[in-house]
Amino acid sequence: MTPKEGPALALADITCRFAARDATSEPYTAVANTTLNIARGEFVSVVGPTGCGKSTLLNVAAGLLEPSTGTVEVFGERLLSAHGVNRRAGYMFQADALMPWRTGIDNVIAGLEFRGVPRAEALAQGEAWLRRVGLAGFGDRYPHQMSGGMRKRLALAQTLILSPDILLMDEPFSALDVQTRQLMENELLALWAEDRKSVLFITHDLEEAIALSDRVVVLSAGPGTRPIGDFKVDLPRPRDVSEIRMTPAFLDLHREIWAAMKEEVLKAYQRQKAV
Amino acid sequence: MKLRIAQLLVLGLLVLFWYVMTKPGLVPPFYFDKDNRAAFFFGEPQKVFWVVVDWFLSGEIFPHLGITLLETALGFAIGAASGLGIGLWLALSPTASAIMDPYIKGFNSMPRVVLAPIFAVWFGLGIWSKVALGVTLVFFVVFFNVYQGVREVSPNLIANARMLGASKRQLLRSIYLPSAMSWVFASLHNAVGLAFVGAVVGEYLGSSMGVGYLILQAEGTFDINTVFAGILVLTACALALDSLVGTVERRLMTWQPKAGQTEKV
Repeated sequence: MTPKEGPALALADITCRFAARDATSEPYTAVANTTLNIARGEFVSVVGPTGCGKSTLLNVAAGLLEPSTGTVEVFGERLLSAHGVNRRAGYMFQADALMPWRTGIDNVIAGLEFRGVPRAEALAQGEAWLRRVGLAGFGDRYPHQMSGGMRKRLALAQTLILSPDILLMDEPFSALDVQTRQLMENELLALWAEDRKSVLFITHDLEEAIALSDRVVVLSAGPGTRPIGDFKVDLPRPRDVSEIRMTPAFLDLHREIWAAMKEEVLKAYQRQKAV
Repeated sequence: MKLRIAQLLVLGLLVLFWYVMTKPGLVPPFYFDKDNRAAFFFGEPQKVFWVVVDWFLSGEIFPHLGITLLETALGFAIGAASGLGIGLWLALSPTASAIMDPYIKGFNSMPRVVLAPIFAVWFGLGIWSKVALGVTLVFFVVFFNVYQGVREVSPNLIANARMLGASKRQLLRSIYLPSAMSWVFASLHNAVGLAFVGAVVGEYLGSSMGVGYLILQAEGTFDINTVFAGILVLTACALALDSLVGTVERRLMTWQPKAGQTEKV
């Protein structure tokens, strides 16, 4: 490994404007003048009210969306849309993104298959990953035969099998029930602790953000979302997400960040009510 | 099993009703002025049955049926393949689809059966004019389904595959094609029927072979029993083809949730 300059992910002065639906209305600015750096091995959560452009930011980081202005640097290299998506990043989507026509194992090894890894080798790795996410023996099931939690595990294995240097996660557990969700959060932390990837984790759940991260970035309400707060989370690791929620240090942090977030959440709520 | 018995019962009752109403002398004529007129216009079930048996025993039907099925199969295969290919192409190329849009719409709204005489002139009275008619009918059904299927692929699925490193070709192979296939199979049941329509209508308009030709000949001599026999054979063949498509579909689409099987852990 040759250490290059720069953080794992550097979003500099990003603005995303979307064209208006008709000629009379203004173009919609989802994200405005946002700068965000993620150091190597750092777990950063981005929280903000619903509909504030969190996913837009993540899509920019993934190279799926080209920002109107601003630059994205990955380990010191410019990410240009002409070169396609961010190859060093893995992306876990909010909604189900598994291929319904592939069995569990074939979904897990899809990325290896795209990279031309021989099938026997890919299958061996795939089985190992199924075991790591607790799905050993479920490889021959189709996604529709699995529960929501199992599908999330499958998606996690599908992303992590490629061993991406950066992990982008868009509210990956928001569709799960509370118990499954805490289990998955603990599993994610355990997997992350093994090799400390850089993680950009998007969520609207402040508790989840604090429990998982090294740093929490608070976004303002849209339109024209930008970071309005940056909080260091110096809770000890390893953590148990369900236990850490009870500690005084956690509650202090929660109070502090919520104070910064509250106004934005109310603003977003008012705006949604007005529409 | 009970269902099967009920289904057979319905068939039996229908045939019985047909027999009673058409058998000369059984029921006094109440609509026609002579008691053999009903049999003349509607045929008689037992005679229809014997025509069919006779066709198969003498082997007379086989060359005709073979021709009709060949026309159907060719029309179906060529129409479905071109519908799949062009559907994929237009769905993935917005420019081409924008240019072709009015023509596709035009061809689709045209009653394409009117092309049959032109095809007869272009391709002669052999099987190819019937195949061509079948192709024009099948093509659009498959085309629109593929087009729709590709357009409705979840953007999430595409983004996910791209993040996993899929190239354009790999996207086509592992996302667009399988996703379109479920729509294609939904349309194939319709398409088989339409390929049959193409073959038989083509044979009506001019041919020297085929089940459509047999029916046309019988009509020319007011032989209603033979007409019904032809219709019966065609229907049986269409049903058989449809169940064949169903079998292939079940083989290839094992990943689709069946009713009552979703979300099973």
